[in-house]
Amino acid sequence: MYTEKVMDHFTNPRNVGEIPDADGVGEVGNPKCGDIMRIYLDIEGDTIKDVKFKTFGCGAAVATSSMVTEMVKGKTITEALDISNAAVAEALGGLPPNKLHCSNLAADALHAAIKDYYDKQEKAKG
Amino acid sequence: MRRVYLDHSATTPVDPEVASLMMTYYTEKYGNPSSIHSFGQEAREALEKAREQVAGFIGAQPAEITFTSGGTEADNLAILGAAEAYKDKGKHLITTAVEHHAILETFEFLAKNGYELTVLPVDEEGLLSVDGVQRAIRPDTILLSVMHANNEVGAIQPVAEIGRLAREKGVIFHVDAVQSLGKIPVNVNDLNVDMLTVSSHKIYGPKGVGALYVRKGIRLVPRVYGGGQEKKRRSGTENTPGIIGFGKACELAQARMADEAAKLTGLRDRLMDGILERIDFVKVNGPRGAKRLPNNVNVSVQYVEGESLLLSLDMVGIAASSGSACTSGSLDPSHVLLAMGMPHEIAHGSLRFSLGRQNTEEDVDYVLEQLPKIVERLRRMSPLFDQMQREAGAK
Ligand SMILES: Cc1ncc(COP(=O)(O)O)c(C=O)c1O
Ligand code: FES
Repeated sequence: MYTEKVMDHFTNPRNVGEIPDADGVGEVGNPKCGDIMRIYLDIEGDTIKDVKFKTFGCGAAVATSSMVTEMVKGKTITEALDISNAAVAEALGGLPPNKLHCSNLAADALHAAIKDYYDKQEKAKG
Repeated sequence: MRRVYLDHSATTPVDPEVASLMMTYYTEKYGNPSSIHSFGQEAREALEKAREQVAGFIGAQPAEITFTSGGTEADNLAILGAAEAYKDKGKHLITTAVEHHAILETFEFLAKNGYELTVLPVDEEGLLSVDGVQRAIRPDTILLSVMHANNEVGAIQPVAEIGRLAREKGVIFHVDAVQSLGKIPVNVNDLNVDMLTVSSHKIYGPKGVGALYVRKGIRLVPRVYGGGQEKKRRSGTENTPGIIGFGKACELAQARMADEAAKLTGLRDRLMDGILERIDFVKVNGPRGAKRLPNNVNVSVQYVEGESLLLSLDMVGIAASSGSACTSGSLDPSHVLLAMGMPHEIAHGSLRFSLGRQNTEEDVDYVLEQLPKIVERLRRMSPLFDQMQREAGAK
């Protein structure tokens, strides 16, 4: 049912965990099945230095979280904002049709974390 | 790698004795039981013997057995056939919230087509109250359908009492006994039923075969028309090898049931107690003890999701199932767990192990060795688990 790539990321997820005092944290819930994903970003200048995630969800949700963290590590914020749900699914060699909504979760959590970073910057500026 | 099959409520392997008997009726005695020549007659004879075996297992007369393509078709025939036959008497139907989809969807269809449907709730263990049934029965109620044992949580309903009540009130009583057959006694007279559904592939017979028991005197309008087989109740050339296999499977199950149930109960409790001992934040779903099927274990592992559990178990060779939304095509959690009042998050981490004839203590111990490691790994990934721990720590 899942590709080898998905199973690999599910079995050995990259970047699991949290970043204490992260520069940006994004949490989204899946309205379809009720799953939750949280992404932590460590940002220096314009670059995503480190990224971690925690996910409560199916195999596809875990694999897409893991994949998205791999895709953004070391990238600029602009590059990260360009990463779409479809790109994450594609990088995993595709997902079963009824699991496509799980990949939305990963990209959405990433974008939410970036927004949180911007919000914090704004606040700091006062 | 060790492979442990713990999904016998989904389906069972065909008993080798059953399979070899069936083979004869595919390749040698392949006649059509409606033909008058010897090829047809040897198939007819075996078919009627199977009817006696199935009837004998449930305390029925052979003439009261109609073979179908499985439990689903038998459920459909019972409900649609009786609703149509008795529509002049009334149009009110009653069932329960924890039935199999073969029952629920069929009733839903009728509810959209001029019938009135009452769906009875269950308690937090998945059990029905007899009083609730009594209150739901009206003068225009024609049909009541209650499953004997639940396929997800193994809850055994007070079917005999409900049947007595239905008979008093003149309501036709149908029971889906697909999951109870072969595990606990199923007798149409003791249970006071008018119609009863059974399926072959849950008792080590072939898939695609089932039967509906219809008490003599109950009217039923057929749902499949054609050559008039099965006393016109279900047309179509009979699946002779399958039916003969089902008959044999009934005979074997009848002989083995008492010993098997005792063995399965032991394994069930070993597995359930072992899980509760080794893993924190686990909840048993369904009743414990005698009101639970001997082979059913269903637990919710909090803070993890069921499909992740199933995938991880499968990677170490263990086959189980889950009521998580993520494992269902519709992305809704199990309707059974929701009907028991379980919040979505808890239904999410539900895990069903259904034991069978070939399982051993070693199988159970293998699960008890693997599952805690899997849960620990998934909880380390879970945002809900660390949140819970933080909140607990704050207190
Ligand atoms: C309670 C119950 N009823 C009906 C069915 C359907 O039986 P079948 O698979 O033979 O169509 C099942 C099988 O999953 C079941 O568990
Ligand atoms: S997270 Fe629920 S289906 Fe993927």
